[in-house]
Amino acid sequence: MSAVGKLEKAGDRVGSHMEQVVSEAQVQPEHAETTTGLDHRKLLIWVFIASETIFFASLMATYLVFRGKTPPQDGLAHLDLNVASINTFILLASSLTMVLALQSIESGKKGRLIGLLILTALLGALFLGGQALEYNELITNGVSIDTNLFGATFFTLTGFHGAHVAIGILWIIMLIIRALRGGISQHNHLAVELGGLYWHFVDLVWVVLFTIIYLI
Amino acid sequence: MATNVLTLPRTSEPTGIWSWITTVDHKRLGLLYLLTAVAFFLIGGIEALIIRTQLALPNGTVVDPSLYNQLFTMHGTTMIFLAVMPLNTGFGNYLVPLMIGARDMAFPRLNAFGYWLYLFAGILLYASFIFGNAPDAGWFGYAPLTERAYSPGHGIDFWVLSLQLLGISSLVGSLNFVVTILNMRAPGMTINRLPLFVWGVLVTSLLIIFAIPSITVALILLLFDRYFGTSFYLASAQGDPMLWQHLFWFFGHPEVYIMIMPAFGIISEVLATYSRKPIFGYAAMAFAFAGISFVSFTVWAHHMFATGLSPVADAVFAATSFLVAVPTGIKIFNWLGTIWKGSIRVTTAFLFAAGFIGQFTIGGLGGVMLATVPVDWQITDTYFVVGHFHYVLFAGAVLALFAGTYHWFPKMTGRYLDERLGQIHFWLTMVGMIMLFFFMHYLGVIGMPRRIYTYAPGQGWDIWNMIETIGAFIVAAGVLVFVVNVFISLRQPKTATDDPWDGQTLEWATSSPPPVYNFAAMIPVNSPRPFWDAKYGPHSEFAENPKTIDLSGGSTAHVHLPNPSIWPLLLSLALTIFAVGIIFGPQTGWILAPIGVVLMFGSFLGWLAQPAG
Repeated sequence: MSAVGKLEKAGDRVGSHMEQVVSEAQVQPEHAETTTGLDHRKLLIWVFIASETIFFASLMATYLVFRGKTPPQDGLAHLDLNVASINTFILLASSLTMVLALQSIESGKKGRLIGLLILTALLGALFLGGQALEYNELITNGVSIDTNLFGATFFTLTGFHGAHVAIGILWIIMLIIRALRGGISQHNHLAVELGGLYWHFVDLVWVVLFTIIYLI
Repeated sequence: MATNVLTLPRTSEPTGIWSWITTVDHKRLGLLYLLTAVAFFLIGGIEALIIRTQLALPNGTVVDPSLYNQLFTMHGTTMIFLAVMPLNTGFGNYLVPLMIGARDMAFPRLNAFGYWLYLFAGILLYASFIFGNAPDAGWFGYAPLTERAYSPGHGIDFWVLSLQLLGISSLVGSLNFVVTILNMRAPGMTINRLPLFVWGVLVTSLLIIFAIPSITVALILLLFDRYFGTSFYLASAQGDPMLWQHLFWFFGHPEVYIMIMPAFGIISEVLATYSRKPIFGYAAMAFAFAGISFVSFTVWAHHMFATGLSPVADAVFAATSFLVAVPTGIKIFNWLGTIWKGSIRVTTAFLFAAGFIGQFTIGGLGGVMLATVPVDWQITDTYFVVGHFHYVLFAGAVLALFAGTYHWFPKMTGRYLDERLGQIHFWLTMVGMIMLFFFMHYLGVIGMPRRIYTYAPGQGWDIWNMIETIGAFIVAAGVLVFVVNVFISLRQPKTATDDPWDGQTLEWATSSPPPVYNFAAMIPVNSPRPFWDAKYGPHSEFAENPKTIDLSGGSTAHVHLPNPSIWPLLLSLALTIFAVGIIFGPQTGWILAPIGVVLMFGSFLGWLAQPAG
């Protein structure tokens, strides 16, 4: 606490509460306590998700503005509610497996973590497969992105969501690799939490998309 | 991420070009931002001079109409996205960690990535000139003019992709600011003790985070229209050009506050320092920041009064627009209260800040006029609008940025800017600026439309246009004096003290320029002006004999700095290659874009594999 001496020398008019030098402020080591108590990366992900919300909100607004401008037989009628419902179920199930994965590592079960992460990635891939079925159905019926406004808005909206799912799957694969190489442990599993936050957000977006495209 | 590589703590600053290319130091990145942005400011200024030369006399023939369109589009896009925004980011980068008593930003490599992406995006935008076809649809690029059918060249494509890259750059920069400001404050630095400049950067970053996605989507839809045959904005195929306007202005209106709010912060710091008083009404100032940013998301359609919205919509958006005047008025009165009975030193920085208050108020009043629907119908798309937004952006943001430059130059370089040249710079700027922009309001009212490349004589416009052009060259002379001042100053020995202006905030509680680790010891923080408290005692007035604060205490033994990294530059380069791949997709068989994606993934993995330090 050498700094205390220096500061005392510097001022006697300074109030007594100012004499204590906050010596910890001198150092901000890699795993420093943060002001809010949240890890930097976790705060980053939360704020990033807030931004993504506006991104999808703008795309959804575009979809809704043009909703009904294309006759159903030129687009909407070729969608299959059953496929989409099963797909929704699959994606929601992947959120459950992600939660269980995080819970596993929190109680130190690494093998279970890896198994559940693989399951989550597979469910994500299955969802993309279901999306491919829907796309195929539309395209064989002559509806593609440049056919009409339905095609344009549907493929843009679900395409960007699908890209987010694909990035999420890559993210989970990287988590699996890291876990296999010993980079994730009971006391160092923030990476799983971060991946999970993103994954749940992407799932939540689909719930809204499913509602505005298939249900209303 | 891997922690198995042990590196020794690095406390000394490396030198050489490579150290700048791989730097992750917030101060160096701040300087890079500032230098690059000044370069683009000069380029944008030259474009403005050509525009004014063309308009000096009726039937001007300096440039042809096509080049004129490119010039005003590039001037607007450059000044907004490549000059004013990055100047704010540069000051923020340099000052925010110092002001909150932090070692660096929360994510140093992300910070470097933001800078390099900004640089490459700027170069990409200007590369369009090489292909003889710069963007020419105005800075707000209204559809359907920007559609392939009406803008067949690559100019708009360069514009779209460059703005997308700049959006990513601003977004990561803002995420970094928010995390840094919320998470890395020195002990005692609560939210209600943040310097007002930091407040300005915080709310601006939040605005960017919520506004940028809207233009990202707008540009993606435009890109799809231009490349994949969709018709989002084509009324001929049931699309709707109004969709562009809504998406664009949902971003575009917050954008003007994104440019002005860090400037508000600079003005607050400068006025308080040179009045040797605490800022008047600190809490009201902070709440006004929050108020402006909230209201700014509810006013976008006041840019669209002339498009035939419903009368109810017009009324609502006019009302919310008037509301902006309340928090802004609070700020102006608090600045006056700050100067009132202060022990004022009339430095160049103070002059620019004082000039800002008067001139910015004029700009704000012009905004209130434009928010009045019937008035707007009369003067929309005239020079009144041009006068208004130059009064808030030049007389607002740019004057504040000059004030900030004179104020913090000694801290950044260890050298003073010459005060005599500074005063010449100030008076040339003020006189030139008023001649240049004030009469635009009048020209607009008597009917001169904006964006016309020339005009016929005898409409009563000639004399005002000539005065404006002369004003433009006087402003340019002022900028020239400023540039000369900087060059002269940089050749002088380092004579600036650590605390040249009797400062109040933490950035003055370290050496000029600060060491690479910013602070060896931290003084206690018990108010918004901790350094002042340390010198004069808490809650003290200005006194003749401040206490000398010994800053040599503390040790650097614990200092652990992040490693330099080349990956941020490589990742942003890969993104730029991807963007070029899209622009020339049809010509190159879409080969370049996937290559860009592979390079992006590669640099991303390299980034992850490198220990952060």
